[in-house]
Amino acid sequence: MIDYHFDWGVISRNADNLVNALLLGLGLAVVSLVIGCVIGLVAAYARVSGRLWLSAPVRAYVEFIRCTPLLLLIFFVYFGLPEFDITYLDKTESFILTLSLYAGAYMSEVFRAGLASIPKQYVEAAKAIGLRPWQRQRYVVLPVMFRITLPSVSNNLISLFKDTSLAAAIAIPELTFTARQINANTFRVMEVWLTASAMYLVTCYIIATLLRLIERRYASIR
Amino acid sequence: MSKPPLLQARGVRKSFGNTEVLKGIDLEVRQGQVVSLIGASGSGKTTFLRCVNLLEEHNGGEILLDGDPIGYRMEGGRRRRLSEARVSAQRARIGMVFQQFNLFPHLTAEENVMLGLTKVLGKSKAEAREIASGWLARVGLAERRGHYPYQLSGGQQQRVAMARAVAMEPRLLLFDEVTSALDPELVAEVLGVMQDLAASGQTMLVVSHEMLFVREVSHHVVFMDQGRVAQEGTPAEVFENPESERLRSFLGRFHGIFRQQ
Repeated sequence: MIDYHFDWGVISRNADNLVNALLLGLGLAVVSLVIGCVIGLVAAYARVSGRLWLSAPVRAYVEFIRCTPLLLLIFFVYFGLPEFDITYLDKTESFILTLSLYAGAYMSEVFRAGLASIPKQYVEAAKAIGLRPWQRQRYVVLPVMFRITLPSVSNNLISLFKDTSLAAAIAIPELTFTARQINANTFRVMEVWLTASAMYLVTCYIIATLLRLIERRYASIR
Repeated sequence: MSKPPLLQARGVRKSFGNTEVLKGIDLEVRQGQVVSLIGASGSGKTTFLRCVNLLEEHNGGEILLDGDPIGYRMEGGRRRRLSEARVSAQRARIGMVFQQFNLFPHLTAEENVMLGLTKVLGKSKAEAREIASGWLARVGLAERRGHYPYQLSGGQQQRVAMARAVAMEPRLLLFDEVTSALDPELVAEVLGVMQDLAASGQTMLVVSHEMLFVREVSHHVVFMDQGRVAQEGTPAEVFENPESERLRSFLGRFHGIFRQQ
């Protein structure tokens, strides 16, 4: 280690690869978050519906996801589904499915808490002007809830982005996988992993900063 | 007095669990009238108001708006609960202003007023904006229409809430202790708007502890005590000839106010 000589040429030679890999990971995270938010919203409404036949299965789903390691879920979906003759998902789609289900479980908890935290006066005011039930949700409850939960959604995006590194386990060419390949071909251990780490760090920092700006933009509550 | 009452309550009962809060309320509000409900806290005034707007469901008796029962319809001699959509349509004919303002926090003052106009009454955005800015000007907030609730004082928020309610052109406007959450120096601006609305002929049912306002603006005053109507009449009758000891002692708390004027 002491005699290690840095050779950053390996990075510049593979810059295109690394950037594309980073963007792939970011794309996976964003798509999964969007699908996860839809799943989470539906699941959250099921949880607060007060109907056991709706809330019990959702609760089981959330607990199952939360108590199972993500890597195991990724293997289960990728290697397990074809055993049931579900073979039309390629590995990227399989990973997005897994990460979306994973995000959905966490987002459902976030949204459930968000729905519960909305003061009932807002709903009463919405009733008083004659809005119908779905209109009360669409124009009052949901917009307020999204503003309340925005910080949690941001945190989830950052987590999901880092979790995309697990896609390396099923050979999806995102940043971790690509870095490992370059490393295997060049043995430039320090350069490659330091660069990959820095890329994750900077990207997360940029996401966090952007989202904080958006949060401030929507800080019209309280 | 020949026109049928706009709002008619007959024997309205309401219980929360084992506690009976309304023990048979009879009450009438005629078109253009300002009727005030007074009484100690816990006497059922606010609960009655919330029953009129179906924020609470009454357990017995009936509440008629323009002759239609609120919250249900009669079918073959039996009460059938109305669908939520029908209930919403009934609520649209009744405006309500709340103690805590309850403005939608994610909308500007103008958007708060516009929401019901566009989504409930189906008006175009342009028309709704015109109506909204008209009402906001009338309550003295023309230049605040782009502000969010958190950028407004309590009195300003309450005036926006009144504009929001009255812009829907409700048959009846309910006021639930609308000045109770305000700092004393902000009360007058809110009462001023209410007085203006009353003078314009808006039918109003008001729960209030502002006895001067009640005495000067109401056509009819109802004193509620322990879930019943204990006495009612013109302001002069109720304030100058309290029949019961309870009304006398209730009014006694406000004596200082009356002497000041």
